[in-house]
Amino acid sequence: MHEFRVQVGPAAFRIGSVWRRPIEQLAELYRDYSTPDIANFSVRLESPSLVRRYLRRSVTIDGDYMLPDAVPLPFDQALLAAEMGMNLQMALGWRRHLLLHASAVERGGKVLVMTGLSGSGKSTLSALLGHNGWRFMGDEFVLIDPESGHAVPFPRMISLKNEAIGAMQAAVPDGRFGLLMAGTPKGDIRHLVPPCDAVAAMDQSAPPALLLFPSFGLASAVREVAPAETFMRMTQASTNYVVLGETGFRTMTRFVKSVPARAIDYQSSEEAIALVDKLWEQLA
Amino acid sequence: MKRDAMLLVQALRDPASTAALDAEGWTALIAMARAEQLIGTLAHRLKSESTPPKVSEILSDARINAEYQRRSALWEADCAARALADYPGKIVLLKGTAYVAAGLKAGEGRHIGDLDIMVARENLLQVESALIEKGGWEWVKEDPYDDAYYREHMHELPPLIHKERDRMIDVHHTILPPTARPTPDAEAMLNDAIYLDSVRPEPVEGQLAWERSASTSSTRTDRICVLSPPDMICHSAAHLFADGDLAGGLRNLWDIHRLLEEYGSDNFWAALAERAEHHQLTEPLERAARLAHQLYGTDIPKDLKRWHRQDKWYIRRLTARDGWGRPTRKITRLAFYVRSHWLRMPPLMLARHLWTKWRRGRTVR
Repeated sequence: MHEFRVQVGPAAFRIGSVWRRPIEQLAELYRDYSTPDIANFSVRLESPSLVRRYLRRSVTIDGDYMLPDAVPLPFDQALLAAEMGMNLQMALGWRRHLLLHASAVERGGKVLVMTGLSGSGKSTLSALLGHNGWRFMGDEFVLIDPESGHAVPFPRMISLKNEAIGAMQAAVPDGRFGLLMAGTPKGDIRHLVPPCDAVAAMDQSAPPALLLFPSFGLASAVREVAPAETFMRMTQASTNYVVLGETGFRTMTRFVKSVPARAIDYQSSEEAIALVDKLWEQLA
Repeated sequence: MKRDAMLLVQALRDPASTAALDAEGWTALIAMARAEQLIGTLAHRLKSESTPPKVSEILSDARINAEYQRRSALWEADCAARALADYPGKIVLLKGTAYVAAGLKAGEGRHIGDLDIMVARENLLQVESALIEKGGWEWVKEDPYDDAYYREHMHELPPLIHKERDRMIDVHHTILPPTARPTPDAEAMLNDAIYLDSVRPEPVEGQLAWERSASTSSTRTDRICVLSPPDMICHSAAHLFADGDLAGGLRNLWDIHRLLEEYGSDNFWAALAERAEHHQLTEPLERAARLAHQLYGTDIPKDLKRWHRQDKWYIRRLTARDGWGRPTRKITRLAFYVRSHWLRMPPLMLARHLWTKWRRGRTVR
């Protein structure tokens, strides 16, 4: 088993692979991250059978936490497999924080949290803002600390999909990108290494100050979201709200009560950034 | 990394021994414990050990998780009891849910998946329809062969899943498939099943055993039972050795270890041996006791300590896990898998069963 360890925010991963190449790719992408000794989670990239290890190679995602009946991915998508494996461990195993399926950026010691269904643009927006004066904190999970209520960063590789790939290549021409993985179950995927400051400050949490529900496609608009609706949408965006029981409820209600929430519609990233700047000035 | 799950066994048996672990050892131990669904149990065992900060975090997460499982297991039991409000018979909780409901040591940190209950065989259909009509459970999958197989040959109904909560319930009428060679006396088990409030007279962590679970339930908990301690251990042993390929074996054996620790006394052993004989489960019980003694250091009577020739194979199978949490020793595993089917049904029936399954497997592909 070839092995790679990486620390992302508070979580330490051990990734094993029966092939060397995915490990080398991971090591290259994550070269500025630190290497932990004890791992929170183990992820394994294995072959579904001995034959598939060498011929028409494909990758199964195994690990401490697994989904039953997960379909193997083609070998070229091993990086995606590793990423899915890491996400799965967090979603199913992380209990220290309230885990929100959301992206986050920080400015002036305060955090902007963005959540929404996939395709809403929360990931791309966080990547764009992260290269435009904000500190990128994560594009997949935001961890809310039950004690302090702070947002804890989880700045793993930014996972760009479809049109977002071209948009980010234009926006960050000197960015470090992974290999293009075309035709994955989620469309085209390409990873982007988060900005240096995001990696350097990955252990610095900050209080959330604004929550946005971005939605790509409609003409520019802003709508206030009432706490009750926010609460319901946030419980759906959390993978461990129920498991945390009373702690989850306390953390969630505190978040919803203290953080103003808006739904925004936008048709271009310029529009979105202008909306974000305006709302941030008014509310944060 | 050349390691097997003896690492996990050792940590459970002697928590202080983990002081010698390095980072590599801890990572392996955690992966193994998760794979064997013993991470919550391990977290409970290591509560008062001083562990590296990272390990303390991981174990604390595992305790949160175990507490959630306990809470939802009791909630499921409560929901089933409410769906069965008009059912006059005993509803016997089995396995994990029974241990936590009764506040037993075997339940501390235990992983609990499905809800397992046992009712009288003649009332199966009544219970089934109440769960479906009043409780909101439904068939997991409609498959005529599996359905008929369960109903004719199994010790439980085909599994039901709850429409909204996505949780399974297994309704048993006895503890082993009727096609298996031992025939435990299910009627006696039901007769002797004890009402929850009388399981343990002494308080657990400052509370009476049923108090904690009773707080979630105001309705008719009086029909909820658990097996008597000897039957509980007989069931656990039967489940471990006579009804499966030893998957999850380390956890099931840990249950037995904790139950024997809790109840074991000279009088109890005599009652247990008698009961096991009545259920035709002497062999699995003795094997369970020997292996628990070997692996977890369970205190067992001297005359049970005779080492049996086959025991080392069981230990090989039980500890077949590497530092990545991967199953190892494929051939040993396969042998136990074949054995499990062999024990479960007579040869001709086995052949028919495998033939049907194989044909279906081919058409699905």
